[in-house]
Amino acid sequence: MRNVFLFLRRYSVFIIFLVMQIVALVMLFTNNRFHNTVFGMVSNEVSGNINKRVNRAEEFLSLSEQNKKLREQNAVLLSMLPSGILIPDSAYKLVTDTFKLDSLKEYRQYQYLSAKIISNSVFLQQNYIMLHRGSAEGVAPNMAVIGMDGIIGTVVHVSENMSLVMSLLNRQSKVIATLKKGSGLGEVSWDGKDPRYLVLTKIPKTVVVKKGDTVVSSPYSDKFPPGLPIGTVYKVEQDQETNTYILLVKTAVDFYNVQHAYAVKNLLQEEMNELKRKIIKE
Amino acid sequence: MNLVVKNIIRLILMLAIQVFVLNKVPPLHQFIVPYFYFVFLLWLPFKITRTALLFVAFGLGYLADIFYKTPGLHMAACVLIAYLRPPFIQLLLPKEATEWGNEEPSRKTMGQVPYVTYVVGLTLIHNFYLILLEWLQFGSFLYFIGKLLATTLVSLLLIIIADLLLSRNSRTR
Repeated sequence: MRNVFLFLRRYSVFIIFLVMQIVALVMLFTNNRFHNTVFGMVSNEVSGNINKRVNRAEEFLSLSEQNKKLREQNAVLLSMLPSGILIPDSAYKLVTDTFKLDSLKEYRQYQYLSAKIISNSVFLQQNYIMLHRGSAEGVAPNMAVIGMDGIIGTVVHVSENMSLVMSLLNRQSKVIATLKKGSGLGEVSWDGKDPRYLVLTKIPKTVVVKKGDTVVSSPYSDKFPPGLPIGTVYKVEQDQETNTYILLVKTAVDFYNVQHAYAVKNLLQEEMNELKRKIIKE
Repeated sequence: MNLVVKNIIRLILMLAIQVFVLNKVPPLHQFIVPYFYFVFLLWLPFKITRTALLFVAFGLGYLADIFYKTPGLHMAACVLIAYLRPPFIQLLLPKEATEWGNEEPSRKTMGQVPYVTYVVGLTLIHNFYLILLEWLQFGSFLYFIGKLLATTLVSLLLIIIADLLLSRNSRTR
């Protein structure tokens, strides 16, 4: 027994070092609930509060730019108003003598929650965005996050008032995408080289792709509403080893300068998950 | 100024510079990433005990991880250099920890060549471990080697600039 204590005393520094290394590595390589609560919650609130203050100063510098963008979006929305559209008087009345099935049921699938971006990075390899809206205001993990011009990322951690979003500019982000004009199902990821360009892979060579084609979110994605812009094709490269393209995609969102975002809640998510669970059970 | 107060102020300043200045500078290339905050550990006084040094490194790594949003990555690298620092100093300057006053490692207290060896060695170890852990998650071998060399050069450049700008002579006893 005495020897054990002597051993512990003699190597106490090394033992502390080992324990700390193990704690750090476990935090790094596991992504479990425990780590979410210990790291996600506490650190989100701490860094969120500091970032909020810094952001207030930074935001001031880009006020006119943001103003311009909001005005442009306003113009788009205004032109969608029914009063702005002239309908020629050729209306006819459709009479159906049966009721639509369950006509009172609502079929809304997506709900948009606006949020302010309080911290953002584009120059790291794993870039995250922090939103000033958390679980108390309805944000949940796995929700899609979009900007005015297109997709931004996916919510990964949520605390009470903040949420952490894995941006498209993250080495571990993967989004299912398709080309707007044609078929072809691909995957958008980031190679970490230039924050202006993403990489679209797995599009088969049978699809004709030209520079300038729009890349949008796929209808098969269970998070993102279909048809949201991700970017435009900037460079077309052939993959020598497989039968697919490697496409360089210019991001639709200006990641250097995003200030506002919308978290997208899929109201049918629960139902979809339920169905998927049935397959897994069998 | 009190030694503890001085180091706390230094910690806040270095983290702020890392997070709000260096991380927002557009890099020339994917590999050229400035890491500077860990120099805080290299500049701590000689007489700090090994256990205390480990706990300071653990805390510093945690704070950095909060802002980088990489749980454990910077913590692991900081703890490693904190563990290796005392043997490294012992190797370069064979002197008992109690013999030092409040001095901290610098060109004046250690001498030109030992100080440069000390800084280059620990910077290399820190960046090696950090990028190795990153490589385990993504990237290729070229990414690892290229980023290791580039980041180490950038870190050393920043340390040289910091050493030229700040005259860290600890006259206060």
